[in-house]
Amino acid sequence: MTQVEDNSTILNIKGLRLESIAGNIIVDSVDLNLKKGEVLGLIGESGAGKSSIGLSSMCYARAGVHIAGGEINLGGTNIRSLDADGRRRMRGKRIAYIAQSATAAFNPSHTLMDQVCEAPLIHRLMTRTEAEAWARQLFKALDLPDWENFGARYPHQASGGQLQRAMAAMAMSCRPDVLVLDEPTTALDVTTQIEVLILLKSLIRQYNTAALYITHDLAVVAQVADRIKVLRHGKEVEEGVTDQILHHAQKDYTARLVAVRGAAASERAVSATVKEQNVLSIKDCHAYYGNFHVVRGVSLDVKLGETVAVVGESGSGKSTLARVVTGLLPPKSGDIVFQGKALPPSLKERTKELKRRIQLVYQIPDVAINPRQSLQDIVGRPVQFYFGSGRKETLERAKELMRLVELPEDFLQRRPGQLSGGQKQRVCIARALAAKPDLIILDEPTSALDPLVAEEILTLLRKLQRELGLSYILITHDLDVVHRIAHRTAVMLQGQFVAFDQTDKIFDNPEHPYTQKLITAVPEMRVDWLDEVLAKRAAATA
Amino acid sequence: MKIFGHKPTTSAWFGLGIISIFLFISVFTPWLAPYGQSTNVGGTWDEPSATMLLGADQIGRDMLTRIMYGSRMTIGVALAITLLSFLIGIVLGFISAVLGGWVDIFFTRLVDVMLSIPGLIFALIILGVFGSSIPVLILTIAVLDSTRVFRLSRAMGMNLTVMEYVEAARLRGEGLWWVISREILPNAWAPLVSEFGLRFCFNFLFIAGLSFLGLGIQPPYADLGGMVRENAAAINFGMMAPIYPATAIALLTVSVNLVVDWMLSIDARPSGAQAEL
Repeated sequence: MTQVEDNSTILNIKGLRLESIAGNIIVDSVDLNLKKGEVLGLIGESGAGKSSIGLSSMCYARAGVHIAGGEINLGGTNIRSLDADGRRRMRGKRIAYIAQSATAAFNPSHTLMDQVCEAPLIHRLMTRTEAEAWARQLFKALDLPDWENFGARYPHQASGGQLQRAMAAMAMSCRPDVLVLDEPTTALDVTTQIEVLILLKSLIRQYNTAALYITHDLAVVAQVADRIKVLRHGKEVEEGVTDQILHHAQKDYTARLVAVRGAAASERAVSATVKEQNVLSIKDCHAYYGNFHVVRGVSLDVKLGETVAVVGESGSGKSTLARVVTGLLPPKSGDIVFQGKALPPSLKERTKELKRRIQLVYQIPDVAINPRQSLQDIVGRPVQFYFGSGRKETLERAKELMRLVELPEDFLQRRPGQLSGGQKQRVCIARALAAKPDLIILDEPTSALDPLVAEEILTLLRKLQRELGLSYILITHDLDVVHRIAHRTAVMLQGQFVAFDQTDKIFDNPEHPYTQKLITAVPEMRVDWLDEVLAKRAAATA
Repeated sequence: MKIFGHKPTTSAWFGLGIISIFLFISVFTPWLAPYGQSTNVGGTWDEPSATMLLGADQIGRDMLTRIMYGSRMTIGVALAITLLSFLIGIVLGFISAVLGGWVDIFFTRLVDVMLSIPGLIFALIILGVFGSSIPVLILTIAVLDSTRVFRLSRAMGMNLTVMEYVEAARLRGEGLWWVISREILPNAWAPLVSEFGLRFCFNFLFIAGLSFLGLGIQPPYADLGGMVRENAAAINFGMMAPIYPATAIALLTVSVNLVVDWMLSIDARPSGAQAEL
């Protein structure tokens, strides 16, 4: 920390109120105070209004939302009273924004250097040469590869983690007083997340920038924030120093948020009724997209009533493996045996009966169910299709399925648009169960959901496995989830399994270096976790 | 009042009103028209009077009667053409999008070839060869117009087939027809309906254009485009005769577009407002 003497308030929000055009209240009388060099974590579920608060600190509101009341003071000026021109002069220069998805936030037809230098040039803070020199310095500070020439690249020539760092450089280009970081690491893999986190933290410290850190992940925010504000339904639940929120939460809701993340390490509740009979076994499977060798010789077996997790980062080929099992992508070579019989590789060759026995649950429930069909159609169709049931039987079965996934029966008349994310995922599970399958492939079933909702879905999945004797293949990048429900775990790297064993053994005694890296990269719910990791690394290199 | 679950704007109400009047007149023409469509009741280009509200046409038929029959014919034919072209375009477009591969290549290249020949010239050739009867007219323009519908529905189908709910239906083993009619079509409805309005206008004008050239609907049947041509010479004498059918064409076109604009705005407006700067 370079400057500690100056700790005056830089951003002060009083009684902020955001309303939608329809008159719904998005954010209700939230106060916020940020001192120079301080990091405030904003945490909450989706719809809690945390991003809206982040944007309104720059006096900006998304389409359909407007700032209805409150005061926003940035360095002593009430920016709500500024005209459009005044706001433009303030944005980027005094307060800057880092968005969640860097890949979507960069303009693909300009070089990174042009985009990073844009703000200081527009605000006439630096000449082009100065701006470029400063950008290179930032690239270096952010540990970007070949930092001297990195700016010449176009966005598609950089990886997701690199782009996220380039965006941090863009935000820092005018040396703003306040940074707004909106889920800057959420879209990244765990091993990349930790690197970006380390660099963001050191950048903020180095330039004594104040920051609003918006995220839904308590463990992440614990590493960077001095204070944490917990939000729910647009209202403040509580605010406190990071350590206090983590260990002595005042409110029940905060305590539950902390508990969900904390439970992962301690509690494991896998069902114990695994039978010694193989439902599925894959031997030496190879699959390609065009000429690209995605799955490189994978062997896997799933027993009756067992959950096998396949873990890996994006691009490791785990979703492709799911497509191979479902028949959407016929493998080039390798045997797949399902319930003792060879499984035809392509979907076309599989009988209706075989299709019925293997079902898939998707990652994003919003696009996995047809928005124009009622739940009765969505859940009833497989019943009708596979078992040829009449109207009445189908309706009865649909009601039974709704009970199984713990949704009210009268939801059958609803359409997906009237459901929440977690409810939609329950509908997806009900649709899979409607076919009375033997094997369900869960492709990231909880990663699009908020932590508390995800927890409920996991509990439901465990319950269903116990009651119906289902086998699951769980595709995920979230090691917490794996640890909770998987009997055995396969770690996938570049299309191959680097480890495949009992989940306990993988976690307690990771042999392969990649498995170790993966496990140690998951943030823990402790304030000093990141510093410990850094200390360990320093010790290892020394 | 709401239509399709949305409240029409003032201009949309205006459009809807005019369209309903046109439709009402078209359906009940024989009962509403004061005279028969080919009855001579006056002299050439008679001025409007109490018995002939809009005067007479070039051979002394009642202009108002002719406009009513003309609207009935033009709207009827344009509607038939648009329905047929949408049926062909949507079915083939969605099949191309869902099946892909050779089927897709075959249909898209075929459409490219058809689009490479100017539509009017193509229609003139076919109507010249087969003669201009109403069924030939409908079929020709419908096939020509279906190429555009094909393009639109294929593009929308492409966007929708990659949705996971469509993949889920395929994984279940559903057939092509189910996927098209139950999974894709309901989600493509809104843009298709507004496109229907636009294509209806174009077809309506296209027939009027063909009639103007003498290849559209043949006498003694009345149609609005033909009437403009037949009465065009009256302009030279400072008389209003061609203005009436031309106004009818303009009124119907503008009304349909007002309604379509409103429908498109429903689809393009996710949250109802601009961002606050």
